[in-house]
Formats: sequence, structure tokens, C-alpha cells
Amino acid sequence: MHARYTWRTLTREATLVLLALVFLIPLVGLLNVSLKSQDSQTSALAFDFPPTLDNYAQAWDQASLGAALANSFAITAVSVVLIIAFSALAAYPLARVTRGWSRYTFSFVIGGLLIPGQLALLPLYATMRDLDLLGSVWSVILINVGQQMPFSVFLYTMFLRELPLDYEEAALLDGCGPVRSFVTVVFPLLRPVTGTVVILNTVGIWNEFFTPLLYLGGSDNTTAPVAIYGFVSQYVSQWPLIFAGLVISVIPILVVYFALQKHIIKGFAGGLKG
Amino acid sequence: MALPHATTTPSGIREPSVAGRSRRKVGVRAPWWFVVPAIAVYLFIVVVPSVNGALFSFTDWNGLRPDWSVVGLDNYARVFADRTARDALVNTLVLAAAATVVQNVVGLLLALGVNSMVKSRYVLRVIFFAPVVLTPLVAGYVWSFLLSPNGAVNDALRAVGLGSLAHDWLGDPDTALYAIVAEIVWQFSGYSMVIYLAGLQAIPSEVLEAATIDGAGAWSKFRRVVLPLLNGAVVINVMLCLIGGLKQFDQVMAMTGGGPGTATETISTTIYKSAFSLGDFPFSIALAVVMTVVIAVLAGIQFRLTQRKSS
Repeated sequence: MHARYTWRTLTREATLVLLALVFLIPLVGLLNVSLKSQDSQTSALAFDFPPTLDNYAQAWDQASLGAALANSFAITAVSVVLIIAFSALAAYPLARVTRGWSRYTFSFVIGGLLIPGQLALLPLYATMRDLDLLGSVWSVILINVGQQMPFSVFLYTMFLRELPLDYEEAALLDGCGPVRSFVTVVFPLLRPVTGTVVILNTVGIWNEFFTPLLYLGGSDNTTAPVAIYGFVSQYVSQWPLIFAGLVISVIPILVVYFALQKHIIKGFAGGLKG
Repeated sequence: MALPHATTTPSGIREPSVAGRSRRKVGVRAPWWFVVPAIAVYLFIVVVPSVNGALFSFTDWNGLRPDWSVVGLDNYARVFADRTARDALVNTLVLAAAATVVQNVVGLLLALGVNSMVKSRYVLRVIFFAPVVLTPLVAGYVWSFLLSPNGAVNDALRAVGLGSLAHDWLGDPDTALYAIVAEIVWQFSGYSMVIYLAGLQAIPSEVLEAATIDGAGAWSKFRRVVLPLLNGAVVINVMLCLIGGLKQFDQVMAMTGGGPGTATETISTTIYKSAFSLGDFPFSIALAVVMTVVIAVLAGIQFRLTQRKSS
């Protein structure tokens, strides 16, 4: 069906573009203020000439953002790799075996989707303390992996249930054991859903504040959001400086977003549907 | 609970020629022990501490002493007698409800907008979705600056002659909670949009053509054809918004820290503060159980409503 570009379409387009500009105001303000001198009195959207990068240098040092970004990278990468390995592996028998234990296990894992992390918070905190993991990135990684199991196992299992058995049977006839057949045949076929799992978890873990605040706050292993939190409470309302710190902390995720926007939007939309 | 369905279907792969069950006898074996790592970490991080949390809520366990005693419902009595906790419960429900309604309306309108013939639709999608990937804490700080007494929002109001409306949005207990809702709507409407967009694109164009041929106007087409077919997307979106709103923590910490007074305290901020600022573990745990029950009840209600609608 080829609709024509009418006056109504033009009105609609103009409205949407205007709305998009309004949507961009906070982002433009963020960038603009970060380029102002620290005693600037001008409005958030007024451009000060000449712009300055001083705030960036100072924020980078004062908030130890280099180390924080490195920790964020490490935590996100290790968590996502483990999430993929554990959930894809678990989904295989959960999707392929139709006997009772498999169905019960699946429901048991999916039930976790309804439990807010707050319920486990304090007992888990005490356990991590007893294991001497407070301040260690491993506490946050373990928690990320455990908390993401229900949703990731769910996505992989649903995908696998739709995946025909032909390839696995061919592998079996060729003499592949279950482990080799999973690694060399099944896992590569899961690529679309692996993409979704990577995208949703990377964005979620990179941006996460509560868990790293609790387990890494005050240590040398903070992540970018936790470093920013400390930085802001230290430099209350020195907005140009604060905003430079904010920009540095979100640059990695925004660069990834604008580079891969098509895949990322698809990942968010494709992970879920009625 | 209305579980989302995975949609990333394995495209480009042949359907099996024979029904799956008879095929299965060929002997593809998926070893049970593949589930062990996932189950182990899930038990360790989610199940065991959650069960312990529920049990400890009936005790005076404070996280330090190995000995503790059962105190029955005392912690719950304290939670419901506590002014801050009650305010937090009300705030959280108001915030979740307001954010859910507004974000879904905005998200649906955006989806309808970018699903049309407009030339800039791909760029628009990227822009509307961009805030979704932004760190919520960072977005909260940006908004707290825009909403400050001399921020861009008040500047804009003064510029268009509405200077009398300008005020300290986050410092006024009557507007602070809604200012946070505004931030949430700005940040996550793009998420609702892409889910509605996927729903809209799944509607076969023949259905819409048939409705047009039958003489349906734009509104009745939307009301009687499009909306019912979007039911699944509505369920997912409402569920995501509600649960996200009920757990709200990051933006509140960035924008108000719970204030002024208790005007923007949420369940999550109160759980955090009572445990880690006041050291009152029993209170914090009981409140976490209340939160779990609230989420379960609301999810149950939504499940019931959607079941009835589809039957």
C-alpha cells in the first residue's frame, strides 16, 4: 500500500520533528553546559564562546573516571559473557527435554522475574561480607549473573523451542557428542537471540547504579555511575564541572548506541512482544 | 504473570518436515547437567537470599549477630506505623501509576507517528529512543539542573510569558514527585515506542485496508482494529513500566534524594536508607517483603484483567 505524502503527513512530520527537538534539549544542555567556564551565569541552552575543555580535564582527575570506566568495562564484559554462557547452556535441556523436571526447572527459573532484588538484598549483603567480597568486582559480577538468569534463560529457551532439530540430528549422525554439538552447531544458530541478550544486558549492567553503589561504594573499584554519584555530592552545583563528568561517563554507551542504533533498537523491541 | 514471548524467531531456517515429537526419538540428547551453572548462581544470588529475606522479616536479625530471635509481626507493625514508610508506599504507587499512564500514551503516540509515511521516521526513532540507553542516574542529574530555579524549564516558561508558573520544581513537595515522573517519561517513552512499533508493524496491512473499504474513519480504525491488535504490546509495556516504577531508585537519588521532607521517598530509597544509613535491618527487610507482595498483587491483577479481555 503506497500512501501519498499529503499535507497531513507534512503537519505530522513537522510536529514530530519539533517534539524530537524538545526531546534533545536535555542532551544538548548536558553537552553545552559542560563546555562553559565554571563561573558562567548564562542559561543552559546559551552557547558560551569560546568553549572550554578545562572541565573535562578536571572532572577526569577529580572523579578518577579513568579507573571507574575501566571497572565498568570489566564488570560489564565479564558479566555478559558469563550470562550468555550460563543461560544458553541451561536453555538447551530446558527447551529440548520435554519431561517433568525440565518444565518444573523452567518455571522455577522464570519465577525469578517477579521477585524484586530488594527481597534478597540484606541476606545477600551479609553473605558477600562473610565471603569477604565487599569492595570486590566479583560481588557485582556474581549478582549481575544471578539476577539476569531468569530473563536470559527465558529468551534462549523460547528461541530454542522454535529452532528445528535437523542440524543437531545431522551433528549426531556425524558422531558429535552433546557438548560438541552444542558448541559447534547449536550455539552459532542462536546468534540472533544472543545479540538481544548482549544488548539488553550490556545497557542494563553498564547503567546500573544500586548494586555497585552498595558493594563498591567507597572502594577503589567503583564503576562510572558510582564515581559520578560521589563526584556530584562533592562538587554540589558546580554544574559545568559536574556535567563534564556526566558526559565522560555516558560517552561510551552513547557512542555504541549511535554506531549500532539499528541493532540496539531491534534488540529492545525484539526481546519482547505480546 | 503475563510472560513476554520471545520473538527473535530463527528466520531462514527450514521448518522440520516431520512433526517434532517423532523426530525427537532420533536421539538428540541435551544433558541435564547443562543447567547446573545457571541454577547454582540463581540459587545463590536470588532464591536462597530471597527466602532468607522473607524468613528474617519475622525476626530481629540485624545482619551482624549470629543469634537472633523471632519477633512475629513486629517489624511489619513498625513499617506500617512509620510515617516515612507509609509516605514511601503512597509515593511509589502514585509515581508508578502516573509514569505508566503517561509513558504509554506518549509511547503509543510516538509509535503511531513514526510508523507513518514521514520522511524523517528513521532519524526520529533514533532520537526518541536515545534517552533509553542513557544512565538513569546521569539523566536524573541533567534533569535536576534543567528543573532548578534558574534552569532551562523556568527560562522557557519566562520566555513565553508564563513566568508566574516558574518555580523550584524539585524543591516544592507538591511538584517534586511529578517532576521525577516527567524525567521517567522523557527517558523511557522511546522504549514503549519501539514495543508499540513492533506491534503496529505486525498488523497485516490487509486488515487495515479491509477496514478502510468498510468505511471506517481514522479514529474508529484505531479504536476498533489497531488497539485490540496491540493488546500484547500494551500488556508488556504496562508490566515493564509498573515494575520499573515500583522499583524506582536511581532518578530519585539523583534528583531529590527523597526530599523535600519525604515527598519523593520511594520504597527502594527507604529500604536502602533504613538499612545502610540507620542500620535498621529488620525494618528494611519487612519493607522489602511488602514491596514484593505489592508487585505480586499488581502483576496478578494485570494478569487477570488481560486474561478476561482476551477471552
